[in-house]
Amino acid sequence: MSTQYNVLGTRPIRHDGADKVTGRAIYGADFHLAGMLHGFVLRSPHAHARIKRIDTSKAAQYPGVKAIVTADDFPQTPDRIVDLGEGPTPLSYARGNVLAKGKVLYQGHAVAGIAAINAHVAEEAAKLIEVEYEPLPCVLTAPDAMKDGAPILHEDLKTTELGEKTDRVSNVSTHFRHVLGNSDERFAKGDLRVFEGEFDTATVHQGYIEPHAATVLWNNDGRVLVWCSTQGAFVVRDVTAVLLDVPVQQVRVTPTEIGGGFGGKIPVYLEPVAALLSKKTGRPVKLLMSRRDVFEGSGPTPGSHIKVKIGVTPEGRIEAAQASLAYEAGAYPGAMVGPGTMCIFAAYDIPNVTIDGYDVVVNKPSTAAYRAPGATNAAFAAETIVDEIAETLGLDPIELRLKNASKEGTRRADGPKFRRIGCIEVLEAMKASAHYNAPLAGPNRGRGIAIGFWFNAGLPSSVNISVTNDGSVNLVEGSTDIGGTRTSIAMQAAEVLGIPVERVNPTVVDTDSVGFTHVTGGSRTTFATGYAAYEAAQDVMRQMKERAAKLMETDAASVTADKGVFTANGKSLTFAEIAAKLDATGGPITGRGAVNPKSAGGSFSGAIADVEVDPETGRTQILRFTSIQDAGKAIHPSYVEGQMQGGSVQGIGWALNEEYYMSDQGRMMNSSLLDYRMPTALDLPMIETIIVEVANPLHPFGVRGVGEANIVPPPAAVANAIYHAKGVRMRRLPMKPSAVMEAIGM
Amino acid sequence: MQNKVQVHTTINGEEVDFLCEPRQSLLECLRDNLNQTGTKEGCNDGNCGACTVNLDGRIVTSCLVLGVEAEGRQITTIEGIAKGNQLHPLQRAFLEEAALQCGICTPGFIVAAKALLDHEPNPSEDRIRWWLANNLCRCTGYDKIIRAVQKAAAVLQEAKA
Ligand code: FES
Ligand code: FES
Repeated sequence: MSTQYNVLGTRPIRHDGADKVTGRAIYGADFHLAGMLHGFVLRSPHAHARIKRIDTSKAAQYPGVKAIVTADDFPQTPDRIVDLGEGPTPLSYARGNVLAKGKVLYQGHAVAGIAAINAHVAEEAAKLIEVEYEPLPCVLTAPDAMKDGAPILHEDLKTTELGEKTDRVSNVSTHFRHVLGNSDERFAKGDLRVFEGEFDTATVHQGYIEPHAATVLWNNDGRVLVWCSTQGAFVVRDVTAVLLDVPVQQVRVTPTEIGGGFGGKIPVYLEPVAALLSKKTGRPVKLLMSRRDVFEGSGPTPGSHIKVKIGVTPEGRIEAAQASLAYEAGAYPGAMVGPGTMCIFAAYDIPNVTIDGYDVVVNKPSTAAYRAPGATNAAFAAETIVDEIAETLGLDPIELRLKNASKEGTRRADGPKFRRIGCIEVLEAMKASAHYNAPLAGPNRGRGIAIGFWFNAGLPSSVNISVTNDGSVNLVEGSTDIGGTRTSIAMQAAEVLGIPVERVNPTVVDTDSVGFTHVTGGSRTTFATGYAAYEAAQDVMRQMKERAAKLMETDAASVTADKGVFTANGKSLTFAEIAAKLDATGGPITGRGAVNPKSAGGSFSGAIADVEVDPETGRTQILRFTSIQDAGKAIHPSYVEGQMQGGSVQGIGWALNEEYYMSDQGRMMNSSLLDYRMPTALDLPMIETIIVEVANPLHPFGVRGVGEANIVPPPAAVANAIYHAKGVRMRRLPMKPSAVMEAIGM
Repeated sequence: MQNKVQVHTTINGEEVDFLCEPRQSLLECLRDNLNQTGTKEGCNDGNCGACTVNLDGRIVTSCLVLGVEAEGRQITTIEGIAKGNQLHPLQRAFLEEAALQCGICTPGFIVAAKALLDHEPNPSEDRIRWWLANNLCRCTGYDKIIRAVQKAAAVLQEAKA
C-alpha cells in the first residue's frame, strides 16, 4: 500500500532559489566586514622537507602587512588524542595540517599566514618570508610507502596491526581485516573458478567550484566569530575551539552559502589561521584559497591499490572472495579505507570473505571524504572482476548479480546484517530499463554496467519550528544547504503540519542558535535533519491540537487533523485559524526535534554506460548513461535526480580524465582547472535516471539519503563498457586516452 | 601600495566611476571595489566560467579582463539580468528545472546562456552544450542546466509569437 502524501514527491521551487539566480546569495568569499584585513597562506614548495628556520622579519616590515603567524602561534598545549568528528587523531596532526610544524609533508602544506590591507599585498609580502628547508626524499603511492626502507613521514607513527598497537614505525598507520567464513579453505577446495586482478586508482579531487573561504573576528569580548563556507558549522566550531585551546562556548560559526563540498568542505583549514591573525591584529581577517591552493592544500580523495580475488561455481554462485585495499591517506592517517573495505563486496551475499585494509600515509595532501568515500575505488575493482565472471560464464551481467545479490538478512564481512535494502530492486529496474533493452550497434562501441553501495550516515540533527500568527511556520536548522535541503527538510515539516511547503520558512542558522547538527555529508541531511523536522512538526501538532481543543471546548485526544484542518465533534478549525488565536490560548508555539539515528539504511545504485572508443586517439565518449538508485522515498524527485546526475558525472570524470599528475618530486603538475580535466557540458549526454523506492524502515517517511551511492558504480561501468567496445580490461584509473591506446596496443 | 586609476564604465545600465589598481581584474573590481559579489570566482585563470559577464555584447571571463579595460564599456552582470522584481525567463527556468544545486556556478551559466539566447533564439542541445562548455558545474552533471536553457528558449519564443 502506498501512502498518499500532499507535499512529499512534489517539486516545489527552493526557498533560497531567487537569491541564487540573482547573485544575491552570500557565499564564503562574498562575506564582508568593516575594517576587514585580507590574508594569504604561504605554502610549501616541497613534498617532504624539514623546516629548519622561518624568518618573518622582512615580510613583517612590508608596507601594509599587519600580522604574520606560524605554527608557533598555536597555544603550546601538550599533544593528546582528540576526536574532531572524523575519528580520533592526535592534536599535533590536526594542528600540523593547518600550519606545518617541524616538517612539511606535501607540496602545498601551509607554513605561514599573513594578514594585510589587501590580498595582493599579503601575497607579495609572503615572498619575503624566509623558510629554510632541508628537502627529504618523498614517497607518493601506497605500494611504495609500504616498502621497507621507504621514506618515513612521521617518526612517531606506529602501525596498528589487526587491532594491536605495535612498535613498528612505518607509513602504514593501520592494517585491519574483516573475515566471514573461511575464504582460504573455500578456495583450497579447488572446485571454484577463480578470477582475480590488481587495480590502481589515481588521487582525485572533489572539485567544488567555490574555493574554501573563511572570515574570522576574534572579538574584544573574547568570542571568536567565524563566517565560512563549510559542510558543518558545528564541526568547524569544535575543531577551531580545540586547535585554539579556547572553550567551545567562545566560538560561534555562521555558515555562509556553500558552493559545493562533496566531503571536501568538512576539514578545517583556514579558520584557525584567520583566527590567530585576527587575534594579533584585533581586526576581522578573511582568507581565501586560490584554485591552486584547493588542489594542493585541501583534501583530495585517496589514490589506491586494490587486489581482488573471487571464486565462483560454474553456475555463477559466488562462494568466496578476498580483497586487499591499500589507500593513500595523504600526509596524515585517515584514508577512507574502512568504508572501502565495508563496501567492496556489500552488494553480494558471499559466505566466505576476507578483506584486508591498509591506511598508508604518503607525501600528498591529507585526504578528505569524497562522496561515498572509499567505495568508488573499491567498486571499480570488484565490479570489473564481476563483469569478467559474467563474460566468461556466458551469463548476463545483471543476472549474475541478481543470483548473488545482497538482501535483508545478508551478513556483510565487516559484521552487520542488512535490514531492508533495495539491491535486488535496483538490479531489476536496471534489467527493465529502456536503456538496457535498447540495441547498441556500431564499431568501437560497448555497454557496461556496475552496481555500488553506500551506507549513509545518521548522526545528530536539531530543528526548531515556531508558529507564526498568520499560519505559517519558521523552521530553524543547522544543516548547511548544498543542494536544496532547506526545501527537502521544509517539505517533511509541511507534510506533518498539513500546510503547503511555501508556508514554511526554513533558515540555516549559526552555532549559537540551534542544537548540535552534524555535517551535511554522508547523505544524511534529508534523512536525519528531515527526521528532526518531522519530530519538531509532530511536537507542533501536539500543541496545535491542544489549542484546537481549547477553542472547540473539547479534549485534545478527540481532535484529529488532516491537511491542516483540525476537527472534533463535527466542528473544524484550520491551522491558520488556530495560529491566529495563539495569544488567547496559551501563547506562542515552538516545536523541537532532536535526533541521533545510529544507522541510516544504506542505498544501492546502478549505472549503465554506453561508450564509443576512438581507435585513433583512445578517447572514450559517453554515448548514453543511466543512473539507477534506491531513494527509499524521493522527497523532492528533481533533487534526487540531480544528485544521481551529479554523482554520475563526477564518476565519469574519475573514470576517464581526472587525476593528480605528480612529478617524481611530488609536485602536482596539473593544479588548474585547465589541466585537471573535469567533465564539461560538451563531454556528456543527458544523464537518465531511474528512482527506485524501497522504503527505509529507519525513517518515518522511508527516506534513504541519495547524495553518494550514485558515484560508486560509474568508473566500473565505464571500464566494463570499454572492455565490451575494445576487448581490453582497464585496471587503472583514469582510463585516459593514452592509457586506452596503450591497452589496445597502438 | 599601487597608484589607482579612475575608471568610468556602465554596469547593468548605470554609469559608474570607480578607482582601481592597474593590476586588478574586472572580477576583483566588481566584487571588492564595487561590492557586486554576484559574479563568482572559481579559478581566477579563465577555466571555470563562474566569473562570466557580458562585455559589450560578448561574454568574457571577468577574471581575465583588467578593471581598467572596463573604461567606456557596457557590462552586464548577474545582478542586471532580472528586471526589477521580475525574474528573467532563464532565471525562472533554472528554478523550475532544478538546474542549480549549490548555485555557485549559476550566475555564470545564466549570463552565458542569456548571451546565447539573445542571438540564437532556438539553439539545439549540441549548440547549448558547446556554448556552455567553458562553464563548469560540479554538482548537476549539466542535464538540468541544458533543459532549463531549452525551456527558457521556448518561453522567450512564445512571448515573442
Ligand atoms: S574565475 Fe574566471 S573563469 Fe574561473
Ligand atoms: S550547482 Fe554547484 S557547481 Fe553548479
